[in-house]
Amino acid sequence: MLTLENVAIRQGDFSLRADFTIQAGQRVAVIGRSGAGKSTLLSLIAGFFPPEEGSVLFDGQNMTKAAPGKRPLAMLFQDNNLFPHLSVAQNVGLGVRPDLRLNQVQKSLVANAIERVGLSGLEDRKPAQLSGGQQSRVALARILVQDKPLVLLDEPFAALGPALKIEMLDLVAEVLEETGAALLMVSHDPQDARRIAPMTVLVADGVAYAPTETGALLDNPPPALKAYLG
Amino acid sequence: MVAAAIVAALILGTLLAVALRAEAGRGLGPSEWAAIRFTFWQAVLSATLSVALAIPVARALSRRQFPGRHLLVTLLGAPFILPVIVAVLGLLAVFGRSGVLNEILRWLGLPEVQIYGLHGVVLAHVFFNLPLATRLILMGWQQVPSERFRLAAQLDFGPREMWRVIEAPLLRRVVPSALAVIFAICLSSFAVALTVGGGPRATTVELAIYQAFRFDFDLGRAALLSCVQLLLVGTAAFVALRLSGTDSFGTGLDRVVKRWDAGGLTRIALDSFAICGATIFLILPLSMVVWDGMFGVLQMPAQVWKAAGVSLVVALASTLLMLGFALPIAIAAGGRQSWIEMVGLLGVAASPLVIGTGLFIVIFPIADPFAVAFPVTALVNAVMALPFALRILVGPVRDVIQNYGHLSHSLNVTGRHWLLLILLPRIRSVLGFACGLTAALSMGDLGVIALFADPETATLPLQMYRLMGAYRIDAASGAGLLLLCLSFGLFWLFDKGGRGRADT
Repeated sequence: MLTLENVAIRQGDFSLRADFTIQAGQRVAVIGRSGAGKSTLLSLIAGFFPPEEGSVLFDGQNMTKAAPGKRPLAMLFQDNNLFPHLSVAQNVGLGVRPDLRLNQVQKSLVANAIERVGLSGLEDRKPAQLSGGQQSRVALARILVQDKPLVLLDEPFAALGPALKIEMLDLVAEVLEETGAALLMVSHDPQDARRIAPMTVLVADGVAYAPTETGALLDNPPPALKAYLG
Repeated sequence: MVAAAIVAALILGTLLAVALRAEAGRGLGPSEWAAIRFTFWQAVLSATLSVALAIPVARALSRRQFPGRHLLVTLLGAPFILPVIVAVLGLLAVFGRSGVLNEILRWLGLPEVQIYGLHGVVLAHVFFNLPLATRLILMGWQQVPSERFRLAAQLDFGPREMWRVIEAPLLRRVVPSALAVIFAICLSSFAVALTVGGGPRATTVELAIYQAFRFDFDLGRAALLSCVQLLLVGTAAFVALRLSGTDSFGTGLDRVVKRWDAGGLTRIALDSFAICGATIFLILPLSMVVWDGMFGVLQMPAQVWKAAGVSLVVALASTLLMLGFALPIAIAAGGRQSWIEMVGLLGVAASPLVIGTGLFIVIFPIADPFAVAFPVTALVNAVMALPFALRILVGPVRDVIQNYGHLSHSLNVTGRHWLLLILLPRIRSVLGFACGLTAALSMGDLGVIALFADPETATLPLQMYRLMGAYRIDAASGAGLLLLCLSFGLFWLFDKGGRGRADT
């Protein structure tokens, strides 16, 4: 589904190489110490900056130079995932059409997604009138309507409490179950990886390694990961 | 980029036209030198007096909490959008020949005061810039951490120690930039010099340009004077910009730090005197305009209403043009090209009459300049408001790009949709403020229109000036009240519109 072909990035002292493939529907965690380049890897895949070398392919198509909005993926960031001046329905609606001119069918699509994440009746609220967990649900409803084959999560639930985070991860798993999308999820917590991601990409020493089985990797960590896990 | 190029071409192009047309060979005659000397000295006097008088007022405001303080601080911002001609009318009503002051002096049997000439010009400049100086110095005072005052109280500082340890260093920091800003503003004074100055002994360079233009139609001399003015204002503006890093639209002036050095009868008397004096000085002329205006409204000739309509259209067109320039520049400056904001600041160096002269030189060979008086006025007003608008807009636009740029891109919300759905709603309040300022400034502007208007056409400020020139003071007062209402009304409408829904 997604292939990184001999990709290399350099920013001053920092460098990162990646050369691997994510299969359709595969759920992959990205772990590594902070500053290793996890978010950089996701930003590169999302198209916020180009690699110095190599190519990014989606379904065999070279999209190394494609604009972020033209790539077959949906992404949630660490913060600012919702526009504060738009209502819940509008924030979700942006995932259907960027100009928000929705027809009847598209409107019901949005309504269904909002219902699916358990926010029925809150369509007209602004993000500031919602709790942190509810805001995350709005962002997930948008992922649902975007219906892209790949979802990138750059720790969007980091600010939530542990119980709420687990709730969100389970909701993510359900959403992915419905859309059949692949997942690439940055995480600080190995338990997150075990919970919803059968495969894991380890980012260490300037390399994003190819996905390996999460359980095996965490049970028997290589030295770089061992130092991080403690 | 296109907007920045247009603005740069407009300003630099007109300056080039002026430079090419200037007859440098003729040199500067004695009357030109007199104008330069007068411009310089009135600006020095105005700046010094404004700042010197502002210090006690700012100190009083910084350490006193009293009912109406909020209102007074707001009032200190008002002169920025107050039409100059309205203020002059108010000052004449107080200090003029048959003004309140002279009535009292006559009643007391004392000699009368004369407002026309140097002291009139300085008086009007102090009226406009005392509030600005007070705000700038008050801002400096509020940057002193409250712990410093606590420590001073603990150490039992008297007024002298207070001065030496806290106040003098603070003033050394804020006073030079306040002086430089006000000096630069007063250099390009036109409307004040036109109304209370004039005559060979009280002519500013800006006014001399106008006279060379209107009375002698000597384009070469007007262009030469424009070059002189450009040099003067450009240098002063550059110095002022270097000295003042802080944003003069800063908020938070409402905050009163807990102070322990406010006791004592002398201090209370001093502060009360400063606050009451400043308030009366600011309020009295404006109240006179409103009072006289209410009687004058009925005596206004029909031209006044026509001119008011023209002014409204010019102000709105100017606001639209400002948006057309400011938004693209702010978006570019908020992204990667922050240098582009400097283009907008070019407008600070050029004064309205210099640009007006340049435009006249450019337009004269191809069209009748008098036929395009209103479009030119709207355009020049927009360019003059641009530096202020950019100062207000660039920061918030940058915030939107930084906070929501990635999200917008990943959702493919770009171009027009991004502008309408994301940027404009998010910067709505500052946008309203910037539009309000531009509309009010343009509404009250008496500058370039004086160059371009033929006797048949006028904006409201120009019409008001003509009524004053014809000694129809009642009608002029009515027009003044109308102009005051329109300027403040436009500002209020735009600002209010921007604040409509504050649910962010």
